[in-house]
Amino acid sequence: MTVSHPLLSLKNIKVTFGGVRALKGVSFEVKPGEVHCLAGENGCGKSTLIKVITGVYKPEAGAELLFDGKPIAAMTPTLAQSLGIQVIWQDLALFGEMSVAENIGFQLAVKGKYGLIDKRALEAAAEKALARLGVSLDVHQALKELPIAQRQIVAIARALVGEARLVFMDEPTASLTQSETDYLIEIVRNLSASGVAVVFVSHRLAEVLEISDRITVLRDGGLVGVYPVEGMTQSRVTELMTGRNFDSAVIASDHDDAPVVLSVRNLTRNDEFSNVSFDLRRGETLGITGLLGAGRTELALTLFGMRQPHSGEILLEGEKVSFGSNRDAIRAGVAYLSEDRLSLGLNQPQSIADNLVMASLNRILSGGLISSTRKSHVVSHWISELGVKIGTPDDPIRTLSGGNQQRVAIAKWLAIGPKILILDAPTVGVDVGARAGIFDIVRKLATEGLAIILISDEPPEVYFNADRVIHMVEGRFQAVYDPRQTSLTELESTVYA
Amino acid sequence: MRRLVLGHSTETTLIAGMVLLCVGLSFGTDRFLTVANAFDVLNISAVNIIFAVGLLVVLISGGIDISFAVAASVAQYLTVLALGALGGGNWAEGFLIAGVVGTGLGLINAFLIYRLQIISIVATISTFNIFFGLLMFFTKGVSIYNLPDWLSNRVVFYEQEMADGSWVELTLPVVVMILCCVATSFMISRTTTGRKLYAFGDNPEGARRFGINIGAMHYISFGWLGLMAGIAGLMQAHYAQEVVPNALYGRELDVLAATVLGGARLGGGKGSVLGCVLGVLLVSITQNGLNLMGVSPFAFKMIVGAIILAAITLSSARLDKLLPEALKSSSRKGSQRS
Repeated sequence: MTVSHPLLSLKNIKVTFGGVRALKGVSFEVKPGEVHCLAGENGCGKSTLIKVITGVYKPEAGAELLFDGKPIAAMTPTLAQSLGIQVIWQDLALFGEMSVAENIGFQLAVKGKYGLIDKRALEAAAEKALARLGVSLDVHQALKELPIAQRQIVAIARALVGEARLVFMDEPTASLTQSETDYLIEIVRNLSASGVAVVFVSHRLAEVLEISDRITVLRDGGLVGVYPVEGMTQSRVTELMTGRNFDSAVIASDHDDAPVVLSVRNLTRNDEFSNVSFDLRRGETLGITGLLGAGRTELALTLFGMRQPHSGEILLEGEKVSFGSNRDAIRAGVAYLSEDRLSLGLNQPQSIADNLVMASLNRILSGGLISSTRKSHVVSHWISELGVKIGTPDDPIRTLSGGNQQRVAIAKWLAIGPKILILDAPTVGVDVGARAGIFDIVRKLATEGLAIILISDEPPEVYFNADRVIHMVEGRFQAVYDPRQTSLTELESTVYA
Repeated sequence: MRRLVLGHSTETTLIAGMVLLCVGLSFGTDRFLTVANAFDVLNISAVNIIFAVGLLVVLISGGIDISFAVAASVAQYLTVLALGALGGGNWAEGFLIAGVVGTGLGLINAFLIYRLQIISIVATISTFNIFFGLLMFFTKGVSIYNLPDWLSNRVVFYEQEMADGSWVELTLPVVVMILCCVATSFMISRTTTGRKLYAFGDNPEGARRFGINIGAMHYISFGWLGLMAGIAGLMQAHYAQEVVPNALYGRELDVLAATVLGGARLGGGKGSVLGCVLGVLLVSITQNGLNLMGVSPFAFKMIVGAIILAAITLSSARLDKLLPEALKSSSRKGSQRS
């Protein structure tokens, strides 16, 4: 397709919130039908830019906004919709109690003739949008009954009903498995081929490089540059996003002399994992990788006592244990950092201090009551130990960045004095820059003698931070890799095979 | 048909439960299963159903209201006083005044919740106390027994003597109740406003991003409940042939329980008029049956409470919801695109 002008063109976009400049004169351009990636760390201004384009925020004077070559004096959400600019938000913003058809056709439903709804037209529009995506779904089904990947498709179909010409996708693959992600990528390609431009926002650089034509990188509210994807590598993008260079090196070493802390023998939970056996030694970091749904989290929850195995045994320092609940596991010195930090790991409105002592309340008691002296002692110890950047310990934890929240979540478990620490996807929602800091902590803890199980669906994370890497497939241990004798490419190609 | 049943599982369960209850009661007492008794239950339930469909709209939009029953008391008292000042009045004026007062009180709730950002349960507990306190203060608790004749005379649309000598009567409150149900049902399921109310209750942030006017949603839902409360207040005065300031006090919880029993979700986004009607009727039938069986009225509340609990457990909380969260996440994660 040859078009003389870009579909969307922004110049000199400045936005200030309470004295803080969120965007410092950014320009951005999307060509018709291209797949464009907007990359940058959390807080770099990506969301602000999307909100300027969709008319939620007004840029300061001097900004220039052109759509289809025509200048737009003042963008509003309604105008953006009528121009065909659609956003698929990370949380999808769908309506769980409504049917698939009602969700997809929601724009028609709220713009009905005489204020009335035409259910037939709505269903027809839904079917048409789904057909365009090449998907068949029962449109009468309630949305809340669909798995997350299908909800994603509903959200995309909803955007298409509004005659979309430019679709923004905010972290669309965050909760998808690899095969679902592949499917989504296929859909994005189809959209692009049919002339719809897609702006893709994602933390996962591998898929960004796979899908995009061009990348716009933002850092600290400023434009770093616009780059063609050809010839781009993940480490180069990371460098552009953070302004720093991360050298990765394998840290694996032998721990054969150290005592075994945890022994797992033929552990099985029907339909989840089977015949899992391994030893974990003092100071060792065991990496477990595999696709979402391989049974990693289920295994971790079983080791943590939240689920009971159907057969097999768990030995802790040579003693057979059988945890009735995670309270038993915590008492025995097993800590589990859950994969969903935002909703399961931390109590967002509560203070940093309260979150930090949440798992170790019995250690700060004095005469049966919480001692504020002991509490502040524990809090200040771990905050300095893990280098958490905070204002005061009484600030709500939600005021912290993802990386700092994760440090507090780790500190919460270290405060119980664990023997084994299970980290389940510890870098989800943590910026590339802050990830390195988290892994520095993990290495330090291992050196101090903690036995660590590191679970991640990103092979490089376990490859560079574990002594051994176990590849899990459909609930079984497929193979064990020694990072010193295996290349990362080899590991990645088996995991994604 | 299968889809109809699956899509309305709460309603289907309620109907099944009601049939079972009726069968049981008809064996327990021979006076239960008569046409006259069925109409009795309908006449008795009419006021609560009008309340319930109003409350339904607020629940769908994600709010809750505790004050509507005392608001109805305020509306009926002010209406009767105003009619007296007008020199008697008529049905049209009665409905107009009660409706306007009720709507006004509902809009006050909406103002507190939307403008002052007070959580709806707190705001309406406050207005519940304020409305009731003002009513008791100004009336000194004095009832009005001297209603205009047109208001206290029973209006019968249809009557027939049955073979056993009892009378079947279709009275004004039932007709008004049916109109309120039809209007509410039309509003929530056929109009764009109704769709927006469901959407707003379901996912407020999603609705906001769609450009839905959030303020309007509050004023419409609480205003609608206020209107229904005003009408219900007038119907209750007509039915009781008197205005007693504290007659409706406490009714809010009965109606709330019956509405939730009918499948309305306290979190918003779900509920139907049919469900509301069935919920109120189930409670009424239980009370009616117990009455006919000669059970002590002191035991009523206890039994009704137990039945509501059992029905809600069976209808809204499906068995898988009773399982621990950890067990369910695995099946969700394991599920693949089909």
